Amino acid sequence: MDMQTYTKFDKRIMRVNRIIIAFLVLITIIPLIYVVIASFMDPATLINKGISFNPRDWTTQGYRRVFADSSILRGFMNSLFYSFTFSFLTVLVTMLTAYPLSKKDLVGRNVITMFFVITMFVGGGLIPTYLIIKDLGMLDTPWALIVPGAVNVWNIILARTYFNGLPKELSEAATIDGANDLQILFKIMLPLAKPIMFVLFLYAFVGQWNAYFDAMIYLKNPDLQPLQLVLRNILIQNQPSQDMIGANTAMAEMKQIAELIKYSTIVISSLPLIVMYPFFQKYFDKGILVGSIKG
Amino acid sequence: MENSSEIQNQQSLKATSGVRISKWTKTKNRLKRDKWLYVLLLPGVILTIIFKYFPMYGAIIAFKDYNPMLGITASPWVGLQHFKDFIFSPNFSMLLTNTLKISIYGLLLGFLPPIILAISLNQIISKKIRQKLQLILYAPNFISVVIIVGMLFLFLSANGPINSLITKITGHPILFMSNPGYFRSIYILSGIWQGIGWSSILYTATLAGVNSDLYEAANLDGANILQRIWHIDLPALRPIMVINFILSAGNIMNVGYEKAFLMQTSMNIPTSEIISTYVYKIGLQSGDYAYSAAVGLFNMVINVVLLVIVNGITKKLNDGEGL
Repeated sequence: MDMQTYTKFDKRIMRVNRIIIAFLVLITIIPLIYVVIASFMDPATLINKGISFNPRDWTTQGYRRVFADSSILRGFMNSLFYSFTFSFLTVLVTMLTAYPLSKKDLVGRNVITMFFVITMFVGGGLIPTYLIIKDLGMLDTPWALIVPGAVNVWNIILARTYFNGLPKELSEAATIDGANDLQILFKIMLPLAKPIMFVLFLYAFVGQWNAYFDAMIYLKNPDLQPLQLVLRNILIQNQPSQDMIGANTAMAEMKQIAELIKYSTIVISSLPLIVMYPFFQKYFDKGILVGSIKG
Repeated sequence: MENSSEIQNQQSLKATSGVRISKWTKTKNRLKRDKWLYVLLLPGVILTIIFKYFPMYGAIIAFKDYNPMLGITASPWVGLQHFKDFIFSPNFSMLLTNTLKISIYGLLLGFLPPIILAISLNQIISKKIRQKLQLILYAPNFISVVIIVGMLFLFLSANGPINSLITKITGHPILFMSNPGYFRSIYILSGIWQGIGWSSILYTATLAGVNSDLYEAANLDGANILQRIWHIDLPALRPIMVINFILSAGNIMNVGYEKAFLMQTSMNIPTSEIISTYVYKIGLQSGDYAYSAAVGLFNMVINVVLLVIVNGITKKLNDGEGL
C-alpha cells in the first residue's frame, strides 16, 4: 500500500476514516473504563451523582465488601477446575478423533465423518439432553459440565485439516520402522500439533469460563456453582450475599452498596482474562484463520 | 495413510501366485492394518452416541404423553398433539414473531458493520497501529454474557449513567429494561458492540491477502480510494460474505437464548420471550417435558428447513456457489 500516491480526495476520505475508527475505539473502551472508575466510588456518590474524578469520592469499599464473602472466590476456583478439565478432555478427544479421520484411505471414513457432522445441524434439543444427563446420574456433579460437550465437531474438522497439512513422509517412515498408529500419533503427530492443540485449548477454556447456562440447568448445589452463576446472582438477580452488604444496614444504604458491589464484581471477575488476553490474542486470531481454511 | 509395504506385499502376492485379491480381502487387510485408528475413534464415537444420538432418540418424547414412572419408551403415544397444542396456543404467534424479529433484525443490522470495520482498518497504513486498534476492538468478545447483561442493567437503570444524562435533558428517566419496546434494540446493539471486532477478523485477514499489485494497477489508472474499495476489496470479500450470510440466515431460529434469558424482566416478556427461553421455562422450570420438547423440535425443524432454503437460493444467485 505504501507504493501508492494519494490524491487530495483520498486524503480527505482517510481522515474521515480515522475519525470513524477513533469513534469506534472510544465507544468500545468508555463503558469498560466507566466500570473500573465506578468500582472505586463511594456508594452514596455513585448512586446520586455517578462517577466523579475527585479522589475524595474514591474508596476501595466495593472490593473489600466483595472479598468479605467467599462466594466469588469459590466460584472462581470451581470455574478454574471446570475449565481446565473440560478443555483438557475436549482437546484430547478432538485429537484422538481427528487423527484417524485425516487418513484418506480409512475404511468407512466418510460414514464416520457424516456421523459426527450431522450432530452439528440436528440434535435432540434441550429437554431430551437434560433427561439423558439426569438418567446418567450426572445432575449436581461436575461431570455434567465437563463430559457432554467434550466432542466438538468443529474442532475435529480443524484438527483434521491440520493433520492433513503435516508432511506424510514422517508417518510413513515411522510405519516402515515398525511403529503402530498409536505410537505415531503420540510420539510424532501430537508433538507437531502443539500449536493447534494450544489454540483449541484456549478456545475451550474461554468458552467454558464464560458459560453459565448448562451450570444453571445441571448444578443446583451452590458449592458447585461456577463463577458465572455467582455473578448472575449478584449482577442480574440482585442477590449479593449478606456478608457483602453487611448486617444492620439501612435499606437505602443497602441499595447503594449493592450497586457498587456490582461494579467491583465485574472488575474482579474480568481481570484474569483481560490481563492474559493481550498475550493470547494472536493465538485466538490464528484459531479463526485456521478455521476458515476448512478441508 | 499410504502403507507402502502393504501395497508392495499385495503386488508381489499378485505377481507370484496370480491370484486376484478380491475387494473384500483388501478391505479386511486395511481394517486389520488400521485397527488402532478405530480404537482411537472410540471415545469420540461413544460420547457422541450418548450425548447426541440418545437425545435424538429421546426427542420422540415430543410425540408421547410422558410419564416419568414409565420412561420415554413405554409412555403412550399422542401423535402430534403437543405440536397442535403449541401452534394453537395463544403464545404461539408472539413467540414466533419475537424469535424471527430479533434474529432477522439482528442479521440485517449486524451483517455489514464488521465488513465496514475491516475495510476501514485496511486503510490504516501503519501495521503497528492497526494491531493495537484490533487488540482493543476484539476485547469485548471475551467478556462473558453474564457480565455484558450485568453492565446493561447497570448502565440503563433508572439512576445509571445513561439515564442521568437523559434526566438532565428531558426531566425523567427511561426505563429501558422494563419497556418491551426497547428490548430488541438493546439486545441487537449490545451484540454489535460486543461482536463487531471479532466478526471482522476473517474479513480483515482476507483483505490482508489481496495482491498489492491490484492496488498499484488501480492507482496508476487513477482510481481513488472509494473506487479501489468498490472494485478490489468488495469482490475479494464476496465469497466470505456469502458463506457468513448463509450460516447466519440458517441460524435464524437459534437466537442466543443465553443472553435473551438474562435480559428478561417480568415487564419486557412481551418482546423478550423467544421460543428457546420458553422451552427452558416450560420444560425445566414447570416440568412439562414432553410439550417443551415438542416446541424445541418444532424450532429445530424450521431451522433446518431454513438452512436448506437459504442455501438453495444463494446457490442460484451466486452462480452455483453455496455452502
